[in-house]
Amino acid sequence: MNHPLVEGFFRMDKFPHIWCPGCGHGIIMASIARAIEKIGLDKDKVCIVSGIGCSSRAPGYMDFNTLHTTHGRALAFATGVKLANPELEVIVIAGDGDLSAIGGNHLIHAARRNIGITTICFNNNIYGMTGGQYSPTTPTKEKGTTAPYGNIDKPFDITQLAIGAGATYAAKTTAYHVPQMDKLIETAIRHKGFSMVEAISICPTYYGRKNKKGSVVDMMTFLKDSFIDVKVAEKLPPEKKEGKFLMGEFINKAEPEYTEQYDQIIASQKK
Amino acid sequence: MAKKVKFLQGNEACVEGALMAGMTFYSGYPITPSTEIAELSAERLPRIGGKFIQMEDEIAGIAAAIGASLTGAKAMTATSGPGFSLKQENIGYAALTEIPVVIVNVQRGGPSTGLPTAPGQGDLMQAMWGTHGDHPVICLTPDSVRETFDLTIRAFNLAEKYRTPVILLTDEITGHMREKIEIPDASEVEIYNRIKPEPGSDYKAYKVVDGDIVPKMADFGSGFRYHVTGLMHDETGFPSNSTKNAGILMDRLMAKITDNLDDIITFEEIETADADYLIVAYGGTARTAKAAVKKLRAEGIKVGLFRPITVWPFPEAALYKLSEQVKDIIVAELNYGQMKLEVERVVKNNAPVRFCGKANGEVLTPEELIQKFKEVL
Repeated sequence: MNHPLVEGFFRMDKFPHIWCPGCGHGIIMASIARAIEKIGLDKDKVCIVSGIGCSSRAPGYMDFNTLHTTHGRALAFATGVKLANPELEVIVIAGDGDLSAIGGNHLIHAARRNIGITTICFNNNIYGMTGGQYSPTTPTKEKGTTAPYGNIDKPFDITQLAIGAGATYAAKTTAYHVPQMDKLIETAIRHKGFSMVEAISICPTYYGRKNKKGSVVDMMTFLKDSFIDVKVAEKLPPEKKEGKFLMGEFINKAEPEYTEQYDQIIASQKK
Repeated sequence: MAKKVKFLQGNEACVEGALMAGMTFYSGYPITPSTEIAELSAERLPRIGGKFIQMEDEIAGIAAAIGASLTGAKAMTATSGPGFSLKQENIGYAALTEIPVVIVNVQRGGPSTGLPTAPGQGDLMQAMWGTHGDHPVICLTPDSVRETFDLTIRAFNLAEKYRTPVILLTDEITGHMREKIEIPDASEVEIYNRIKPEPGSDYKAYKVVDGDIVPKMADFGSGFRYHVTGLMHDETGFPSNSTKNAGILMDRLMAKITDNLDDIITFEEIETADADYLIVAYGGTARTAKAAVKKLRAEGIKVGLFRPITVWPFPEAALYKLSEQVKDIIVAELNYGQMKLEVERVVKNNAPVRFCGKANGEVLTPEELIQKFKEVL
């Protein structure tokens, strides 16, 4: 028997999914469903929008109003959906390449507008769908099929990018830290305005093999050992933070939401 | 209500038409010479409870319009050459996903940045072939301010009826020209709205129900939780790699246009009944051609004008018929002969096809066209 969450929020006839064994994406997708269940959103009023890539196939499995768009453009389509019908709870699922390379412009402007869209970035540090090319989040010196001698690009910190662009909620978590992920995604969806959760995923097939990261368990253990909560980190001495990455809630502030501001214009102009 | 007489630019008439057609959403990016369409939409839409948004780029401009259309809004975006190039991928997306959207391209001069404030007609072929892969497109071209108003309404109607992107291909001539226009009362204007499924009915998002031209279209949020994808999909809307399914979908997309040419195609003929010679012109250049026909007729030369109003699909049956009657055809346009290629394809060996045009940002004058007409004929 399937878990009630699976029966209630997924399109059972669309499984099995396309993701490789050991991929972290399913963990993040399930976390989104748990957050929606916990908040008690009406499924008919939830719209999930994606672009192109491995993670962007998630909406096809999820039983909501789902829109699989063009590469990088999920937030631009989602902006139209949200502004035209602000009653809809709009969630964007985007990979690191989709969101910060080809779609980077839409990310910074959606954040700047503070439009009520929740973006969940499935960051696996690689272009998986096309077979393992380096992405804007591939760490320097790591390899991809298009970086056979090591990547010389400096990687983006997508969470900090969103904060710099004006996001009023931004958090980072990993596919290992599931209870934290559930809580952060729930908070992000409840947040009024633009919210983003960057969920670090794993790609054992392309990123893992190319960079000799070991087994799926090894990659998950790396996430477990390498990330510390930003609030915990505040109290730690510098030597304990060396080589560690920060996760948790980085910003959570209240500012006027875009579609509500537009509604005020309508109220002032409508005859 | 009394008819309203206004003195409007083509770009302003476009917005008036869009509002009468039921536009409730506009998203776009500023670009000369189309910007007045965005400016007037920004002013007018909130007054009727509609939405305007200036997006971060041209790609986002069409993407947001498509997203809005999925929630039930009638949506439009406007641009010019460079922006039209940037919108191409998502025009194909709207065609394959069958989401109604109106794209206005106020053509300017040249490739690249070219001549932003000067007219051109160099985007005719791009309007049909700009996005990758075979796909249906409807493209309309007005030659006056009033016709810009009428064709904008028609663009929305056709987009809703055939669930396909419709391109309104105007140019800097008609876009910035001012003319007196009489705005009809809303009761006199025919408006077509997309057919939606009955609430609670069994719904397959991409299944054509008997008697319909296209699948019924549910608004996102209305209780039908369906999937939309730019991948080839089956009747349910979900991705399918089946070549059989892909063939069925492509055939249906193309046939909804080719099976309804009489409904989609319109054109104008002037003085063609006894014509020995034919000028083919469209958009702003048709105004030049109309003046030339008048002057040549005054000299006793039996010349007529064929003006495609729907340029895609091309009105080939009507043109073919005329080509059996005339001795010579001259195509006038502001490019290096894009419609000339189409005219040659259609008329075959019935009549020689000559060309009069330029792409330097100037309009064609009646005198230039008359001179060329006399040179070649």
